[in-house]
Amino acid sequence: MAKENAKTSGNVETTGHSWDGIAELNNPLPKWWLYTFYATIIWAIGYWIVYPAWPTVSSYTKGYFGYSQRERVSEDLARSQAEKAVFRDKIAAADLEAIKADPELFNFALAGGAAAFGDNCAPCHGRGAQGAAGYPNLRDDAWLWGGTLDAIHQTIQYGIRAEDDQTRMSQMPAFGKLGMLKSNQISDTAEYVMSLSGNANDEEAAARGKEIFATNCAACHGPDGIGNQALGAPNLTDQLWLYGGDKATIVETIANSRAGMMPAWAGRLDPATVKELAIYVHSLGGGQ
Amino acid sequence: MSWEKHDILERSPMLMFIGVLIVVSIGGLIEIAPLFWLRSTIEKVEGMRPYAPLELAGRNIYIREGCYLCHSQMIRSLRDEVERYGHYSLAAESMYDHPFQWGSKRTGPDVARVGGKYSDEWHRVHMIDPRAVVPESVMPGYPFLAERKLDYKNIEAQLKTNVSIGVPYTDEMVENAKADLETQAGKNTADLEAFLARYPKAQARNFDGNPDEITELDALIAYLQMLGTLVDFASFDESGPNLR
Repeated sequence: MAKENAKTSGNVETTGHSWDGIAELNNPLPKWWLYTFYATIIWAIGYWIVYPAWPTVSSYTKGYFGYSQRERVSEDLARSQAEKAVFRDKIAAADLEAIKADPELFNFALAGGAAAFGDNCAPCHGRGAQGAAGYPNLRDDAWLWGGTLDAIHQTIQYGIRAEDDQTRMSQMPAFGKLGMLKSNQISDTAEYVMSLSGNANDEEAAARGKEIFATNCAACHGPDGIGNQALGAPNLTDQLWLYGGDKATIVETIANSRAGMMPAWAGRLDPATVKELAIYVHSLGGGQ
Repeated sequence: MSWEKHDILERSPMLMFIGVLIVVSIGGLIEIAPLFWLRSTIEKVEGMRPYAPLELAGRNIYIREGCYLCHSQMIRSLRDEVERYGHYSLAAESMYDHPFQWGSKRTGPDVARVGGKYSDEWHRVHMIDPRAVVPESVMPGYPFLAERKLDYKNIEAQLKTNVSIGVPYTDEMVENAKADLETQAGKNTADLEAFLARYPKAQARNFDGNPDEITELDALIAYLQMLGTLVDFASFDESGPNLR
């Protein structure tokens, strides 16, 4: 049976295996496949010669081309630096107002700032700089430490309560935790703080809180509660709240204090990038 | 080889097995084995040290929670990666990692140099509910880490295990493992100096905003905040023997 089948397939030899009369033909490999296979072997030998390939006793063969991926990335970075340097050198040298006045530099700074913002700032301030609880919205007119170009630039450079000698520093006391105010006093003060923005529920408590506010809070937040940017004390009369404007959150803020922290970027980013960021943040809508 | 000789291999599973073993071993010997003796495998760098006990505990939580499934710890030497994440990762930076966390799957970003990039408070909020700070995030929340006390009664044994596979913890480090862990988490501040002498550049503080107890979140944040911060790149020679 096996032999018969082999004959009908055009005299191809069989492997000699036969199961239930079904024989395995020993056809040669297709020529195109075989030659491609030989070509890959020749390619491999060429590859060994020109690229790093074989280990030796203490090192490895470097290859005729001397290819190094690390050298390549250093060159790539140097090239992109050189291409950007045309603008970035000018940005590093110019002051912020001058960058803003020069449309070409301004556009470059905006693009560079947006890229750097996405990587470094967006995790806290959000992709659109809209902020989150505890992380300020950068698009509105409310600024803790000032919304001018120079103020924003300083904040980005040195951070807030960061590990930097020139960082912006202030600390609200934890009035509850330190025992400076009793819980009913804190509740009254919270009512008064809410009344500043027209949100008081209990006018009587707010009236009691007014005096406590004057002695304890007015030094930083101002007698009218409009805040003080030199101390990073927020304006309490608007409807914008960093941590929340409901009673429970305000009570928690007064009792335990808040100390939001922003890193100093001067050491992590180069000066031109920090300037680009300042231009970008200033342009978002709230810049003063 | 004629067909008849191949027949011998095909008809004896044991012989086939030995043959396969020989062929695969050749590949392994050439591709893997030399890495153990080539001096160029691991760069000479300044600043690398074994993980401090709290960092090691945090690393174990990182592995336990499967963070490596979505986050790699390997910045490749490509321009876009270096511009986004910082200097490309060096072999030396994972020489004390058992197992390494390089990874090739990035659902989230690479974390090889995440140390110092965000504040502790950001990490705390982000671990409890990632979408509280990154609305578009698909990362699951890990709120239980803040509630679970860190179990570190075996920390000495963990250091010893690392020693047995070549991590250079000294006897002094092993002896003080428990105290060092507590010091780094912001307790026993009296031992801070000795701790920092053993583990230079280590950051010691209460990481999770809860000073009363050492939680798993303390350990994890301590680990994240030191990732990629050890090597002193000012003294790293990017040319010559460190080229690859």
